[in-house]
Amino acid sequence: MSSFARVWRAVPTLLRIGVAETVAYRAEFLVWILTSTMPLIMLGLWTSVASEAPFRTFSSSRFVAYYLSVLIVRHLTSNWVAWQLSEEIRLGVLSMRLLRPIHPFFSYAATHIAALPFRSLIALPLTFILLISSGASALSTDPLQLALLLPSLFFAWLITFGILFALGCTSFWFTQMFGLFNFYFGVWSLFSGYLLPIALLPSWIGRIAEYSPFYAMLGAPIELMTESLTPHQLGVLFARQALWAVAAVATAFWVWRAGVRRFEAVGG
Amino acid sequence: MIHAKELTKHFKVHRRPPGFASALKSLVHRKYEVVKAVDGVTFKIERGERVGFLGPNGAGKTTTLKVLSGLLHPTSGEVDVAGHVPFRREPALLGKITLVMGQKSQLIWDLPPAETYAMNRAIFDVPQAEFDKTLAELTDLLELAPLLDKPTRQLSLGERMKCELAAALLHRPLTLFLDEPTIGLDVAMQVAIRDFVRNYNHRHEATVLLTSHYMDDVVALCPRIIVIDQGKLIHDGDLRKLIKTMDPDKRVSFTLGDHVTEADVGKLGAVLAQEGKRMTIRIPESDLADAVSHLLGTLKVVDLAIEDPPLEDVLRVMFGKSKNHTNGAS
Repeated sequence: MSSFARVWRAVPTLLRIGVAETVAYRAEFLVWILTSTMPLIMLGLWTSVASEAPFRTFSSSRFVAYYLSVLIVRHLTSNWVAWQLSEEIRLGVLSMRLLRPIHPFFSYAATHIAALPFRSLIALPLTFILLISSGASALSTDPLQLALLLPSLFFAWLITFGILFALGCTSFWFTQMFGLFNFYFGVWSLFSGYLLPIALLPSWIGRIAEYSPFYAMLGAPIELMTESLTPHQLGVLFARQALWAVAAVATAFWVWRAGVRRFEAVGG
Repeated sequence: MIHAKELTKHFKVHRRPPGFASALKSLVHRKYEVVKAVDGVTFKIERGERVGFLGPNGAGKTTTLKVLSGLLHPTSGEVDVAGHVPFRREPALLGKITLVMGQKSQLIWDLPPAETYAMNRAIFDVPQAEFDKTLAELTDLLELAPLLDKPTRQLSLGERMKCELAAALLHRPLTLFLDEPTIGLDVAMQVAIRDFVRNYNHRHEATVLLTSHYMDDVVALCPRIIVIDQGKLIHDGDLRKLIKTMDPDKRVSFTLGDHVTEADVGKLGAVLAQEGKRMTIRIPESDLADAVSHLLGTLKVVDLAIEDPPLEDVLRVMFGKSKNHTNGAS
């Protein structure tokens, strides 16, 4: 049986196990889904700034729409595979994953996909209500854009997962990657539009951001939700996301292949 | 079949003394040392063999098992397991082997073992009927029924080990790498596991490579042993022959009768142990027949038993020689 066929057949069970793992600790799970408050802090800050008059092109309701979209996309695309992989490498726990005839990329991916609906259980309905009540006027109503949101979120998830998987693999060299992750998070926060809409950054930073993988991870789906795009702009947005998805997954596999040779399988 | 040829595995280890100053110093200047965990080991194991892999702590046993099961890339040398190069971890190989590590869990920590079993069934693509049959058999043998729905983290070491063994065998591997598989188990369960491994070996013609600090495991299961010390192979061969070569004398244990003195017995051989009237003496094999006849006929001792020297004693002598040889050479 080919590796892909094996993965495909194992997916339903892996997803079911992933769900069971997600809900194993109910209190921790509840706290987790109520976190990710940074967009809400930024929302409070910027709506206050724009309460009297729009800040550049951003009115108060546009800020609401923007930051609540950030919250939704972040909830649906973020994951902790970098920490998980890093700890498993450092403690040697990865050994047991390596003995299974399925690439760890897929087993980790199944765990994280399985967690998605639960992580969004509270945050998403709440955000939707806020979005519709406070930021609806700044949302896109174009049916094509809304239809393309799902594939865009899929690409965003894949790029995020691929990059964080590769980042976790750096523990094969450094044992721990938290310093590197903090640096990554800073760069990502700026270029993805997590902290500020790209339109509010200096134009040269904005241009770099648009070509970066970080924007494809967060800014692109937000653009679909909050902007009115031409067919050409939509094509460019998807082409960039698709290219970055291929690059992120290829990088993840490449870094894994190079790093796993150095695995020391400590303990035992 | 397993074949290792001139296998080496070296690790680069950072060393520093304890203390704040040395911690700061290590930020700018680190001392590394290359540890030769496995150093030019060669052996061949045929399908269906049960082999004990022995050596003192840090000898390189577990490292060798990790290389053979594909967890570690060897520094140099060649390894072949069932026609595959292990570190490539091809699914065809991983479906044929298993590694049980007493100190590492393959069970999902937060979930009951039954969930790990279900996951392994899916990943190893075991047909449901075969899975059900194997699990029922393992559940019965290892008394797993009350443990299957308890979270792994709440199991005792012994309970976990039983569940680990079941998880490792559900896909019916043909090569078993067992690293301390009876650790934490009570004596009755140790015996049950040994019987199970022996039966599994017979039924599936499975190859077994076992490390254990319980010499009873090795004596009961492994006709052949490979001994390594400081990463180097120092013996590969029949267990009985090794014992006979290293220490040909027999241990004779018996209980003294009322009017027999220790002095009467002491003439027959060196007294190794005495507890009340129970004694163990060491007798050269050539004198055994006469000695036993004298003990039973003249001295009228009771409960007489003749045994080979304990494997622990043989190994202690062996590792001592290996160390002296290394010190002499260095």
